[in-house]
Amino acid sequence: MRVNKPTIARVVIIVLALTFLYLPIGTLIAYSFNESKMVTVWTDFSLKWYYALFNNDAIIEAVGISLLIAAMTSCASVVIGTLAAFVLVRVRYFRGESAFVLFMTAPMVLPEVITGLALLLLFVTLGNVIPFFADRGIIAIWIAHVTFCSAYTTVVIRSRFRELDISIEEAAMDLGAGPIKVFFAIILPAIMPAEVAALLLSFTMSMDDLVITSFIAGPDSTTLPMLIFSSVRRGLSPEINALATIIVLIVSVFTFFAWLSMTKKQKRKAADRAKAASAKLKEEKALIEHHF
Amino acid sequence: MSTGFSANMTFIRRAFQPRSRQALAPQQHQNTWRDYALIFLPYVWMIIFFLLPFLIIFKISLSVTEIAIPPYSPLVTFEEGAMQIILHLENYTNIFTDPDGTYIRSYLKSLQVAAFSTLFCLIIGYPIAWALASSKPAMRNVLFMLVIMPSWTSFVVRIYAWMTLMKRDGLINDILMVLGIIDEPIQMLQTDFAVYVGIVYCYLPYMVLPLFSALMKVDYSLIEAAYDLGCRPVKTFFSTLVPQTKSGIVAGSMLVFIPALGEYVIPELLGGKSSILIGRILWQEFFNNRDWPLASAVAITMLVILVIPIMIFYKMERREQEKLNAGK
Repeated sequence: MRVNKPTIARVVIIVLALTFLYLPIGTLIAYSFNESKMVTVWTDFSLKWYYALFNNDAIIEAVGISLLIAAMTSCASVVIGTLAAFVLVRVRYFRGESAFVLFMTAPMVLPEVITGLALLLLFVTLGNVIPFFADRGIIAIWIAHVTFCSAYTTVVIRSRFRELDISIEEAAMDLGAGPIKVFFAIILPAIMPAEVAALLLSFTMSMDDLVITSFIAGPDSTTLPMLIFSSVRRGLSPEINALATIIVLIVSVFTFFAWLSMTKKQKRKAADRAKAASAKLKEEKALIEHHF
Repeated sequence: MSTGFSANMTFIRRAFQPRSRQALAPQQHQNTWRDYALIFLPYVWMIIFFLLPFLIIFKISLSVTEIAIPPYSPLVTFEEGAMQIILHLENYTNIFTDPDGTYIRSYLKSLQVAAFSTLFCLIIGYPIAWALASSKPAMRNVLFMLVIMPSWTSFVVRIYAWMTLMKRDGLINDILMVLGIIDEPIQMLQTDFAVYVGIVYCYLPYMVLPLFSALMKVDYSLIEAAYDLGCRPVKTFFSTLVPQTKSGIVAGSMLVFIPALGEYVIPELLGGKSSILIGRILWQEFFNNRDWPLASAVAITMLVILVIPIMIFYKMERREQEKLNAGK
């Protein structure tokens, strides 16, 4: 893409887009510090909704459940995503490969009501045979989350796998390293950034899922989005504003670090390129000097 | 033994593949037991937790609701030593011959809402993607993060934020009244307008990202050539930029259209009585009426509608991946 000087059109588009994206979030944050119970009438600065939030046992419990499920989900879906990405990039053609690609693509786009209903009916059916599935607790929610998160982790990790230089692995193999050693000593460090990105992505998606979880969750496991949804349905509540502000704060810290690592990576690439260019220049210079 | 067989299969498959894929197929790779060991966990997981559930939905859609646990009739019964398989088609005929036409109307409404939302996302998302892609690299990173960040915060919270903004005494009405554009607050919540705003707001990043990556690869000399030859901006856009970013346009549209068709949360919280979309119907049949077979039939019908867009998305994904694999 050619880089242009900033034109008025581009600045206008960016300002409008950012206003559209951040106006709702901004108002939410502003009203979380409002004294009044009325979400839309500003009276005075106050932290009382934060106080109320931290004293709300139901919310604290839901946060705990959601964090636990998200942690378990992100670990499992990174493992499945790594395996799937490896196979899709290195093995590429095997029996049932196109079905496999379909299984790995479809969960990304399928409407959540369908996936949720399908998984619930599966757990009910399995529950008839294996009583373990019948109570539909945290493990059932975890299985559902891993199923749709794996599709995303596969995409993220696969794009990094493709950049790897296979000759380094071959060299290690030639020097006598076994496949497991090659994986942990060479492949894993190289795909680490993608693993971290996939981990964070699946963590946020698991934390955020409402529809699929609502279908599956039994009465004892209410996750955070389910709790927010039911309280929003009852009406606007300033406690939710306070909760939203905390979520936005945490996400922006992570976004900042993501941006930092992205910039660093690009700088490193640019520096490598500059180094290579100057080395080439030196080489050519030496060649010329040698000739004359 | 199994390796030999699979190599044979690969050979047969290659023979039947179109030329382009034949050229891409790795020549010497032979699948080993290790490849199959690696694929085992993801493959089996997806078969049990993704394929199997759909077979079960289909099975239950062919039964009728009963007051029992689970609340539907069994398909196979044994009576006096005879095995009976009863397939009920009532759920499907109910959907299509319902006297009020509730189901048909909500399918059409969902198609309409999903199609227009996709169009709005495209119209709004294309300029944003262009502005991102043509910025300086350092600025591009910052803007890129700013565009994606809202989608990492909670989905319900974002809808809730729009509820606060669009209330009768919310910020939008206040601003419009102060500016003197309107005298009375307008009813925005519980309208289709609010549903469109909600869907566009939540799905915009899914449109911008593929468009952005397609725009990053555009060959700008073509645009300059078109200009040099006297082509006008609008024609230049449609004859050079659009064909080059086609993959991004299709991918973004599918990423918005398919999930939007079954959207439940947005019409539930922002929409009113007129926005009865199919996702809400399914939810109501399942949770309020506890009619699992009918809900399953609604889901299967929705899947049938979605088969074509999902296949387009899947084919495109594959083509992109193969191109990338070949490029290595």
